[in-house]
Amino acid sequence: MPIISVRDLVVEYDGHRVLDNLSLDIEHGETMVLLGGSGSGKSTLLRQILGLERPKSGSVFVKGVDITQCSAAELKKVRRSIGVAFQSAALFNSLSVEDNVALTLREHTRLAPSIIELMVWMKLAVVGLAEFGKLHPQELSGGMKKRAAVARAMALSPEILVLDEPSAGLDPIVAAELDELILLLKEVFQATVIVVTHELPSAFRIADRIAMLYKGRFRSVGSKDEIKASQDPRVRQFLDRVPDNIAQTSAVSAYLEKYLQAQEA
Amino acid sequence: MANVLEDVGRSTINHLDYVGSVNIQWWSTLRAIGNTLPFVGNRYRWQESVRQMLQIGVDALPMVCLMAICTGFILAMQGASELRRFGAIHYVIELVAVGFTRELGPLLTAIAVSGRSGSAFAAEIGSMKVAEELDSLKVMALEPIEFVVAPKYLAALITVPCLSVLSNVCGILAGGLFMFFSTHLSPSLYVRDVFESIQLRDVITGLIKSLAFATIIAQVSCLEGFRVRGGPDSVGRSTTSAVVKSTFLVIVADSVFTAIFYFTVNH
Repeated sequence: MPIISVRDLVVEYDGHRVLDNLSLDIEHGETMVLLGGSGSGKSTLLRQILGLERPKSGSVFVKGVDITQCSAAELKKVRRSIGVAFQSAALFNSLSVEDNVALTLREHTRLAPSIIELMVWMKLAVVGLAEFGKLHPQELSGGMKKRAAVARAMALSPEILVLDEPSAGLDPIVAAELDELILLLKEVFQATVIVVTHELPSAFRIADRIAMLYKGRFRSVGSKDEIKASQDPRVRQFLDRVPDNIAQTSAVSAYLEKYLQAQEA
Repeated sequence: MANVLEDVGRSTINHLDYVGSVNIQWWSTLRAIGNTLPFVGNRYRWQESVRQMLQIGVDALPMVCLMAICTGFILAMQGASELRRFGAIHYVIELVAVGFTRELGPLLTAIAVSGRSGSAFAAEIGSMKVAEELDSLKVMALEPIEFVVAPKYLAALITVPCLSVLSNVCGILAGGLFMFFSTHLSPSLYVRDVFESIQLRDVITGLIKSLAFATIIAQVSCLEGFRVRGGPDSVGRSTTSAVVKSTFLVIVADSVFTAIFYFTVNH
């Protein structure tokens, strides 16, 4: 049974359909990359998988529980098995980095403070921030914030690790370091990893499978090689970085002609 | 005509929705507040409550005291200028003592706390929402109401009545200074007259008002933070809205409580 199963998911905002009848299975232990351009619906799909929004129709099963229909208590139980690193890192600025990482351990376990301290140090050491635990998030660089967010997401050693745009806004070296970190974490913790990104090198480095979204629909779902070999025009456009013809020259010409005629009159 | 009715209907629904949202949030906070208490609750939540108490209470002390002293002087001087004409300047003591204990102490404190802490609550929660920190709490299986609102509410419930009592003392002290310099009334006589003027029920009604004001300020300000949509500019709007709405509702609640106490106690 897949650990996450999305079935016929439809999401609308003010009548505008953002996700259109999506279905996707994510298996235990695989790294699924949700790839797509801006506004393709990948972050919306992620919010549905996390139970942060209710869909118009369809279901999202996480570990066999339909989180679109379940009670708040069941949703909380499911969420304890998910670790999330948001695009903006979303670290609590009022807490130090180590307090951010310790938060879920303090709230959801009865571990002694000394054990929590040790576990926090280990999580921070894995992401290379062991010496920066006392700092506050605003004192960290962009890449360090992302790594701290990953450490916090890993605090309870979750079965599912979700990373929203982990390498967005980072320089290529730091982005590559983060990719290696994701691969390491997957190997060490045997977690199912879901990564939302539009960075192609990163996607092809870390993915087991890739789901390519375009205007709220999956254009292609498959292994890295299948996606690379895809002949779907939208997939090819994304992979080959072909720009859309946004500036429609005929429409611009017609507008200018009309404007000049109005000026002459 | 249809448009006017439509606007009135929409506005009514929006206001009812707002009142409903405040009440739902209040109820959720009351259910979560047990976990914020010392000894029986979560110690990290209690630490956060203490931090909030320092911000709402201790940091506001100079401002509240100064406001109360100035208002005490104003009330005593305005009262004296009229009462002197009737040879009844002695009643200034009762005016200041009862006026502050029943009314001005709690009201001035509420206005100060609304401006200082209400805006801070809305800005903090609004910023957390914009930075996805509230979503982050939810996916960590933590309730934003319990984690963010309950410590603030508990802190407001404890500090606002304390500040009100202090405001009463400062206002009455200012009245005493005025009486000493204008009529050479001895401080001991002034204190005796103050205690003769005020009754226990005046203190209790003032404290009841303070608790209600603390509830309004904390709940309305936090709700404004949660209602932030979009970017940082929206945080600024919610901060303004928190101060305006909580101050307005505090004054409305004050008039309602005063009417209730007037008709139930005096009749």
